[in-house]
Amino acid sequence: MKNWLKIVAVVLLIYVHTAGLLLDVPRLNILNETIRALYFHVPMWFGMVLLFLISVYHAIRYLRNPSIETDRKSVEYANIGLLFGILGIVTGMLWANYAWGTPWHGDPKQNGAAITLLVYLAYFVLRGSIENSEQRARLSAVYNIFAFAAMVPLIFIIPRLTSSMHPGSGGNPGFNMYDLDSSMRPVFYPAVIGWFLVGLWIVSIRVKVKELEEKILDLHDENK
Amino acid sequence: MVFKLIRKEFILELRRKSVIAGISLYLFSLIFICYFTFSLRQNSISPATWSALFWLTILFSVVNSVAKSFIGEKKGTFIYYYGVASPQAIILSKIIYNTVLCLLLSLGGYLLFSLFIDNPIQDHLLFVGSLFLASFGFAASLSLISGIASKANNSNILMAVLSFPVVIAILLMAINLTKNALDGIDRSASTDELLNLLAINCISTALAYLLFPYIWRS
Repeated sequence: MKNWLKIVAVVLLIYVHTAGLLLDVPRLNILNETIRALYFHVPMWFGMVLLFLISVYHAIRYLRNPSIETDRKSVEYANIGLLFGILGIVTGMLWANYAWGTPWHGDPKQNGAAITLLVYLAYFVLRGSIENSEQRARLSAVYNIFAFAAMVPLIFIIPRLTSSMHPGSGGNPGFNMYDLDSSMRPVFYPAVIGWFLVGLWIVSIRVKVKELEEKILDLHDENK
Repeated sequence: MVFKLIRKEFILELRRKSVIAGISLYLFSLIFICYFTFSLRQNSISPATWSALFWLTILFSVVNSVAKSFIGEKKGTFIYYYGVASPQAIILSKIIYNTVLCLLLSLGGYLLFSLFIDNPIQDHLLFVGSLFLASFGFAASLSLISGIASKANNSNILMAVLSFPVVIAILLMAINLTKNALDGIDRSASTDELLNLLAINCISTALAYLLFPYIWRS
């Protein structure tokens, strides 16, 4: 990852944390100050979906042209995507505790998100239970693509069909409706970009660590 | 080729009667357990509980019966298939065969449910239609997952872990349809769900068709 991107990520997130906590937000009933969760909760889901999408892209690349590198990237993107998903669900529960009264409300959106996390946890269970590394990479790539396709209706379609209290679904207004004077946009968009860049950064570090670990293992094998 | 493979599946299945008998007995005992646990009186459960029980029973028996489409087979047969048929033909034949199997299972389950527990369904045609679509969806996604799980170590546990999250979308749609069929409301209210279920089926069949050759290669 390019150095200037890392600097952009850090600057954006410092800006998001100060501006997100200090700047004015629309005054609304029930939501009140919890509307600031938008800057931290929603970017997690954007990040998760984008990271999973990149993971699927690498899985497809692996199937077309197998190499250890694409497999490693596919796993690490899924890994950090899962981390973003967990953070998203935790921040969502914090928000729901104040806005809905309970952390887990059984809202379709919450359930869909929980199932998505289950799908990707199953992906890691699958990887853990195959010993042959080449076969592991191929089967998990297949499951990755299949799981992503199964996830799309769960988080994008079903919550919009059924009644949901989550903003932006089930006929509830999304953030466009709350944010009448567009005062939240200057913080929200940088937040999305900043968190996503941090995700990419973590992935690049993890991929590098894995590469080095494998090199060390190879050296050990040679010395034996 | 696809038709030959489907015929082969049916002939094999009819020859090994113990498997069919096993699955039917499994379904029957599941329903009987439901019948016992929910006391013996008729009409004692609400329609919502009925639909939950019904779909749970169907889900478990379907996962168990589709799981063996790849898991149970011997190594030698795999090598034989590899020589005579293309992977696309194999997965298509498995999907069609499993669809028929799932449909038979769910229809049988429906019959037993109405015999032992209750039959609160008002719109039968809609319900059978959703049974058909759900069976097709289960067959398409579970066949592929069974192929994946058969290559791993603890394939039976893995089958459950991998398949449940994937079939939840199908199950949710089917439960919504069941609710509509239970209440007997106008069919036009269910077109959304039917179309969604059909779309999910198309996606999973297409993906199974495209991805199966990669599993098959090993």
